[in-house]
Amino acid sequence: MVASGCGGTGRELSAYAGPEGLDGLDFVTRSITLDARSGARGPRVAEVPGGLVSAVGLPNPGLEHFLATELPWLVRAGVRVVVSIAGATMGEYADLAGRLGRAPGVVGLEVNVGAPDETSDGLYEVREPYHAASVVAAVRREFASDRPVLAKLRPDVSRVVEGARACHEAGATAVVVGNAVPAALPDGRPGGLSGPALAPIALRCVAAVSRALPAVPVIGCGGVHDVDSARAYLAAGATSVQVGTAMLHDPTTVARLRASLDQPPHQEDA
Amino acid sequence: MADAPARGPVHVDGEVVATKKVGGYRHLTLAAPGVPERFRPGTFVSVSVAGHVTRRALWVHKVRASSAFGPTLDVVVESRGSGTAWLSAQPVGTRVAVTGPLGRPFALPKQAVSCLLIGEGYAAAPLFPLAERLRERGCAVSLVVSAPDEARLLSALEARRSARSVTVLTADGSVGQRGQVADHAEDLVRRSGADVVYAAGPADVLRSAAVAAERTGAWSQVAVEVPTPCGTGLCHGCPLPVVGEDGVDRVVRACTEGPVVRGDRVRWDAL
Repeated sequence: MVASGCGGTGRELSAYAGPEGLDGLDFVTRSITLDARSGARGPRVAEVPGGLVSAVGLPNPGLEHFLATELPWLVRAGVRVVVSIAGATMGEYADLAGRLGRAPGVVGLEVNVGAPDETSDGLYEVREPYHAASVVAAVRREFASDRPVLAKLRPDVSRVVEGARACHEAGATAVVVGNAVPAALPDGRPGGLSGPALAPIALRCVAAVSRALPAVPVIGCGGVHDVDSARAYLAAGATSVQVGTAMLHDPTTVARLRASLDQPPHQEDA
Repeated sequence: MADAPARGPVHVDGEVVATKKVGGYRHLTLAAPGVPERFRPGTFVSVSVAGHVTRRALWVHKVRASSAFGPTLDVVVESRGSGTAWLSAQPVGTRVAVTGPLGRPFALPKQAVSCLLIGEGYAAAPLFPLAERLRERGCAVSLVVSAPDEARLLSALEARRSARSVTVLTADGSVGQRGQVADHAEDLVRRSGADVVYAAGPADVLRSAAVAAERTGAWSQVAVEVPTPCGTGLCHGCPLPVVGEDGVDRVVRACTEGPVVRGDRVRWDAL
């Protein structure tokens, strides 16, 4: 599964998808907001040992344009599209969920409740598990009930179990653990750290959630770049994994992992 | 399918087959099956560097359809950080993952018009294969190669093969005329009588070329260099502020919607 924000519009992946093409690929879009956003000023990404710090600012064409152009292309290509959504208010989340629920071809939603720099991105602030749960509940209410809603959580081991429990009780089908951790760009602007450095942190969080909440499907995310790093998450209790930053280093990563990991799609675990 | 020219990028396991220090730069010849065949001037390659997550975007200076190593491409590396320093130091035989050709190429005129190509530093690289393509189309090509000093002046001599005239500008006057592109751009565009101005180099060079073209009624195409973390369009990390065809301000990805865009479309103050 391609993690949010690391697969472009999805179309760019077709050059690196291998013989199978994009057909059947689980793909989480970059976060879509109600209105178009041009994103942060540059530089948006800084390389650090073991990963990168990014403050991209959620550039996206807005829901309208996404529904009119990007989504139909992805659906035609056979991509299983999970739309990541982000909103400034609860109402925006509900609106996004409702309209995406009526759009043909949306396999599921991923609610971005663990963004590393939500304040600077002007997003609804999720500090406490009940904030996250209320967003998930609003999305679940508006989104067609037979399709999964994933809650993407911050990999903060002191809070993640609580967050996962609250989101699951609020109707999340599965939780994605984790996300870029809050960090700063060299010039001090807030951003998120991702890449190999994140793997042991997210792995600890996945293990903690799986142990505490065996009934909640967990999707591991953070530093997955090869079969071994993916299997480490599966061994810790994850039902599947997302591949993010590794795609920037090698755009064929997901195609290679799909070919070598015999892994059921997350929806079957729901 | 078999007859259509192969389009789009490929990700391949490449190899350094030659390396040469030329002035302040390192020229690497890479065997990267599939990339030279798809190359069009203005597109670039993204190369993996040991120990780094992000990749290094490199301009393509030359492609050879055949050699002892099959089709190859030449890139020009300026050692500016640990990644480019690593690349510059690699001996023949080093394997490097190469993705390319990436981005949109220079648009070529349908008629045999007069073209002025303005480039500065290592980033002038894509103008050399462009000059050859333009000459093949019967265009009159004038070339301006600029650099801070002689060591960073790219291939002015080789350029004489495809260009009708070559002007050399260095900031310190070590070779050619002394000066910066910004001071001479309008004069150069007027004297060349160019219908199309192509530019590649730092933002100030591109901007002065685009402005000069605008003033003289020529079209301009500029190859913008923005740091590109992945080069493949996946990360959205290379913002390029432009004005769309519809007059709406947008921020596009330099690696995918660029690197070559119309000079009059770039919002230079926001870059």
